[in-house]
Amino acid sequence: MSLTATAKAGPPSPAGTGPGPDDGRAATLRRTWRKASPYAYIAPFFTLFLAFGLFPLLYTAFVSLYRVELQTSGEMEWRGIANYTALFTDEYFWISLRNTFTIGVLSTVPQLAMALGLAHLLNYKLRGRTFIRTAILLPYATSVAAATLVFAQLFGRDFGLINYAIGLVGLDPVDWQTGTVASQIAVSSIVVWRWTGYNALIYLAGMQSIPHELYEAAEMDGASRWRQFIHVTLPGLRPTIIFTVIISTIGATQLFGEPLLFEGSISGGISHQYQTLGLYMYEQGWGFFHLGRAAAIAWVMFVLIVVLVGANALIARRRARKEAGR
Amino acid sequence: MTALAAPPTAPEAGRPPQDPPPGGRGRRRGRKGGAGRTMKGGWLSYLILGFALLISAFPFYWTIVTASRSNADMAKVPPSLLPGPNLIRNFEQVLEEADIGKALLNSLIVSSSITIGTVLCCTLAGFAFAKLKFKGRGALLTLTIGTMMIPPQLGVIPLFMLIAKLEWVNQLQAVILPGLVSAFGVFFMRQYLVQSLPDELIEAARVDGASTARIFWSIVIPIARPGMAVLGMLTFMTAWNDFFWPIIALSSQEPTVQVALRQLGGGYVNDQSVIMAGTLLGTLPVLLVFGLLGRQIVGGIMQGAVKG
Repeated sequence: MSLTATAKAGPPSPAGTGPGPDDGRAATLRRTWRKASPYAYIAPFFTLFLAFGLFPLLYTAFVSLYRVELQTSGEMEWRGIANYTALFTDEYFWISLRNTFTIGVLSTVPQLAMALGLAHLLNYKLRGRTFIRTAILLPYATSVAAATLVFAQLFGRDFGLINYAIGLVGLDPVDWQTGTVASQIAVSSIVVWRWTGYNALIYLAGMQSIPHELYEAAEMDGASRWRQFIHVTLPGLRPTIIFTVIISTIGATQLFGEPLLFEGSISGGISHQYQTLGLYMYEQGWGFFHLGRAAAIAWVMFVLIVVLVGANALIARRRARKEAGR
Repeated sequence: MTALAAPPTAPEAGRPPQDPPPGGRGRRRGRKGGAGRTMKGGWLSYLILGFALLISAFPFYWTIVTASRSNADMAKVPPSLLPGPNLIRNFEQVLEEADIGKALLNSLIVSSSITIGTVLCCTLAGFAFAKLKFKGRGALLTLTIGTMMIPPQLGVIPLFMLIAKLEWVNQLQAVILPGLVSAFGVFFMRQYLVQSLPDELIEAARVDGASTARIFWSIVIPIARPGMAVLGMLTFMTAWNDFFWPIIALSSQEPTVQVALRQLGGGYVNDQSVIMAGTLLGTLPVLLVFGLLGRQIVGGIMQGAVKG
């Protein structure tokens, strides 16, 4: 702000000082400034954006082709695609890739399904509507770190509340930390808990923009509540649903804090049973100091996201076309 | 360093946070009956929502319970479900053992700087993109929005090399400066100003001889204030809760709260109730913000979206 203010004071003859020999020049200056000034408004953002956003993004591809170690990050040694080939022959890469996928499905699918149901209920006329909406968003306010520490406690093997509760029902305690499926369910539940309310609000916003007349028309045609939901709400919500699927997919691909803090180990459990790609990258980069290898993992994650988002978009478009053809 | 994005409902971004009452969709009470629609939720809706609220809130309650007990209490069967008397003592212990006080102060510095900087940068840029004409506007805006879909992990390694070169590792500016970049913020402020700032107002001011700087200061800022407030709250929460970049850029010597929590959970302290006391301390500030401004945050989420 001060930047533009001082620059504006620059012209020697400010507007409105009456006629003079300077007037033409001042007017030109003013015109030039008016043309240039928009750039001054975007300059603070773009300077930072280039330095800390865009440049690192592109430079990662470059780094992934070099041997770069954490302690001597200034020295880079050309490796070509060796970082990638080393990755593909590492069994832990494939384990973490598989884990990312299974944890992603375990967290995204129930999260979005429950959010849809909750949004549908929140769309009714309810007492204390604002309170309910706010309370349902409460988990969103916690950090990954705080949520994971609490859940790790709840999922404790010997004294955890969850094992106590399933013991009351007569089931055997589950080892939530070392079992592969059990630990992945536990990690996924943290994600589900934190994001369901958030997605419910996004769906609610989408539902409220569906024209009321559509429901009236459907009711005139004798459509039941359920059919209205299937044939009016869901199609009307399609762009919103695609948006949340894409965002959740990206989030799931990057999952990092939950598996890191669930037990506090950077290998994602003793046998890497819940290590995700995000955590694997952290382990390679900041655990084993191989920044070049970590950059290669980052690129694999990026390609994975592009493929998954592309597939989602394709499926969505095909479905839309099919429905339009009906 | 957070992925931020807006849903396709964003064109309505200019709407005030308080949404209109929901349309007349709803379940009839009881079984099929009269033709009129009551639009009200039945007891089943309340039951399911009540259950959902219980699940949302329970981990918070449990944090308080465990943070106020002793480590021995936590190994009891059956577990104690009510808060105990040890809260203050556990707080004192985290402050002493893990220096959470310093971490809280650091988090406050980082989050406030990021919030102020982001809101200013994004309002300036958002105004330019919404209302000023200049060469390359469309391309630059597309570039900015395009990066919202790219995960932060992708840029983290060169970013780390950059701050290592600048010798900023373990210094707060390593977290603050990259945090000021928010493509979502620019998009959000642009949407807000496109909707709520009439072109005629700017033209009238120009006719009166006001410079762009003057227009920004006396017209744009007052009109943008509600949008700036929403962006500010969301930015503060995201910055406070950010985990990935701070644990890379900072360490135990100069931690934010999230970094300190990681140390607590990573075996730094071996007392579960002390860990939970630390968790509670780290969550309280943002819960406070949420308690005071929850309505506006809900409104902000529903008109644009933030994912951290």
